[in-house]
Amino acid sequence: MSSSLLSLNGLTKAYPGVVANDDVSLEIGRGEIHALLGENGAGKSTLVKMIYGLVKPDSGAMTFNDTAFAPPDPRTARTSGVGMVFQHFSLFDALSVAENIALGMENAPKMGQLAARITEVSDAYGLPLAPDRIVGDLSAGERQRVEIIRCLLQDPKLLIMDEPTSVLTPQEVAILFETLNKLRSEGTAILYISHKLEEIRTLCDNATVLRLGKVVGTCVPAETSAKEMAEMMVGTALKTPQRTAGTPGNVVLELTGLSVPPASAFGMPLRDVSLTLSEGEILGIGGVAGNGQDELLAALSGETRVRAGMVHYLGSDIAGLGPNERRTLGLLTAPEERLGHAAAPDMSLTENAMLTGATREGLQNRGFLNWGKAKGFAERIIEAFDVRTPGPANAARSLSGGNLQKFVIGREVMQRPNILVVNQPTWGVDASAAAAIRQALLDLAEGGAALIVISQDLDELMEISDRFAALNEGRLTRPEPAAVLTVEAIGLMMGGAHGMEVAHV
Amino acid sequence: MDLSAISPVILIAGLISSATPILLAATGELVVERAGVLNLGVEGMMITGAVCGFIIAVNTGSPTTGFLMAAVGGAVLSLLFAFLTQVALANQVASGLALTLFGLGISALMGQSYVGIKPPQMPDVNFGPLTDIPIIGPILFNQDPIVYLGLVLVAVVWGVLNYTRAGLVLRAVGENHDAAHALGYKVKRIRTLAIMFGGACAGLGGAYLSLIRVPQWTEGMTAGVGWIALALVVFASWKPWRVLLGAYLFGGIDRLQLNLQGAGVAIPVEYLAMSPYIVTIIVLVILSADKSRAPGSLGRIFNASQ
Repeated sequence: MSSSLLSLNGLTKAYPGVVANDDVSLEIGRGEIHALLGENGAGKSTLVKMIYGLVKPDSGAMTFNDTAFAPPDPRTARTSGVGMVFQHFSLFDALSVAENIALGMENAPKMGQLAARITEVSDAYGLPLAPDRIVGDLSAGERQRVEIIRCLLQDPKLLIMDEPTSVLTPQEVAILFETLNKLRSEGTAILYISHKLEEIRTLCDNATVLRLGKVVGTCVPAETSAKEMAEMMVGTALKTPQRTAGTPGNVVLELTGLSVPPASAFGMPLRDVSLTLSEGEILGIGGVAGNGQDELLAALSGETRVRAGMVHYLGSDIAGLGPNERRTLGLLTAPEERLGHAAAPDMSLTENAMLTGATREGLQNRGFLNWGKAKGFAERIIEAFDVRTPGPANAARSLSGGNLQKFVIGREVMQRPNILVVNQPTWGVDASAAAAIRQALLDLAEGGAALIVISQDLDELMEISDRFAALNEGRLTRPEPAAVLTVEAIGLMMGGAHGMEVAHV
Repeated sequence: MDLSAISPVILIAGLISSATPILLAATGELVVERAGVLNLGVEGMMITGAVCGFIIAVNTGSPTTGFLMAAVGGAVLSLLFAFLTQVALANQVASGLALTLFGLGISALMGQSYVGIKPPQMPDVNFGPLTDIPIIGPILFNQDPIVYLGLVLVAVVWGVLNYTRAGLVLRAVGENHDAAHALGYKVKRIRTLAIMFGGACAGLGGAYLSLIRVPQWTEGMTAGVGWIALALVVFASWKPWRVLLGAYLFGGIDRLQLNLQGAGVAIPVEYLAMSPYIVTIIVLVILSADKSRAPGSLGRIFNASQ
């Protein structure tokens, strides 16, 4: 019996026009945490989908537990001992925790017994979870626990985790790592996908780097610097964003006691949010997803109307103005959800450029649209932000997540805003593109614009913000100068670990 | 006017039977919608069931065979909808409307030579001495078998949806089809089966009209019952017992207003005729004020490649 649990041999998968995986081989040993690194579109997701039986390889072979392994569907993979925690949670909002877990199991016991086992396993791994709660009411960290426990109940030999920490607070990340280390000590192998290289350095034993579907190298993360790993992924030397500290100018935006009732049953209200924003300043707003980020952006963009006197722009009350009027004034926003909120999926890039750029870029004239000018504007965005697409006539949907993100951020940056509010500017974007986006935001601030950057990536916020505040349950903490904040202080601002204990191991 | 002519016992016994077609069709549609599919073709499947059941019952002399074939007829027609929406990935609203128009047309064609014929009668279930209990007897133990089938169907659908794995999977598919697919469930197969079940129920409901309620075949005889059933599912917040309540409420007020018309109450007939719709909608809107909401994937096209 060999020491390796899973070995992949020359796996190849091609889609029309693109080879997602080209002759990929890797070995994962028992009790090993193995990192899979790569830029967006490097083929990480396709690779794990093949292991989990969601996609069939065109050629190549897999061996799992010393036997040939070619799962035709996820059920077979699960019965063989492969569990997967998805990047976009595969949960059902309207069902309870126990029901969600039962759906991911092959031989689910009766609900009563299952509830008892959920409590048992969640206590053993320090992941407290009530079986009868409705998933729609849970926080992102709790939702992830549902997925992890769903996998653990089936005693997996290999656990695949796709970007597990992107939605967690630092404390929640610490709890997750305790759990993963406990699993490792019990002999469970973990295949770990993440963009966060520092995490990989602390957690993972080995790493395989993919670029454009090919394995370009392996390394031992603990002995490799994050910069070296990033350069392996990108293939070129990486630039870190540069900023020159400037003195903030006049106050341009002022929120006083901004309160908004929740929009839906699962929504979050905004409670008494107050802040001031000055020219040339970047205010970073952190917090776990679902604590009012979307609501704050909607209140600033004008999508949600708020009561008079709550929002002042250059001293005048703009609470009653809608999104287009605010755009005309120079207050631009880029929401988090790329498809469907920031961009219309089935419309071309030119049409999407027209949608927010019409007034400020002068793309319309007395109600008539100037498509030639809009196309030029789209081409300038594509050029300036290195959006990889055949041309502006392509539908927004056809772009990969990272490329579309570059487009929707670029579209707002290119309109020379006085105030720019962005939510998750580098969500799902690879290291080099993320650096480019951050640099663009910094350049904008240097030019005198005021920025609010809402993000769940704390490293990003620390890198670019002048002041930092956190949203928790719809309340905003007092903004503090970012330079003096510690990770612990930030964690407390974000609301701690939501009453969780660190696993006792 | 003489209100004493209205007997409460006969009224209640009558409302149970007049609610049955709506109840059957709405329960079927509830299952379809819980699986995440919006089938607006209920009216078309009902009338197809009505004509199929009528033709078979007249030709075989057996109402039971008629009802069976009505269910088959409704299910076969619903397969057309399943093909359009699950295989060809067509828009569900347009496909459902097309199904209704198609059903109305094909039933008129099939039923041409059956107008004016009387179908064989279905005997009531014999409960022996139970029938003679005052009040309860005529209400509960003096009905035809399909009435009881409708009640059993509601109970079974409720039990299966809430207490079995099959029901859980069906709800999961309706709630989030991408997640269900990622977990390895066959979204299209489950939805197709749900659509066929909905078709069979609608077919039964239609045959109840042509074989028991009326009993006769006339073109377009469902007269909007399918649409009421559709609305009922939404107002009942996709909950089986509320569908039952809504159907009985509608059937009851419908009966009452007919009786009031007969008794010569001095309210214009038009107001009486619209009263069942108004009262049912008001009551169910009040009930649906709780947190319950539509299945998350309702009406959305599922495409596995995305």
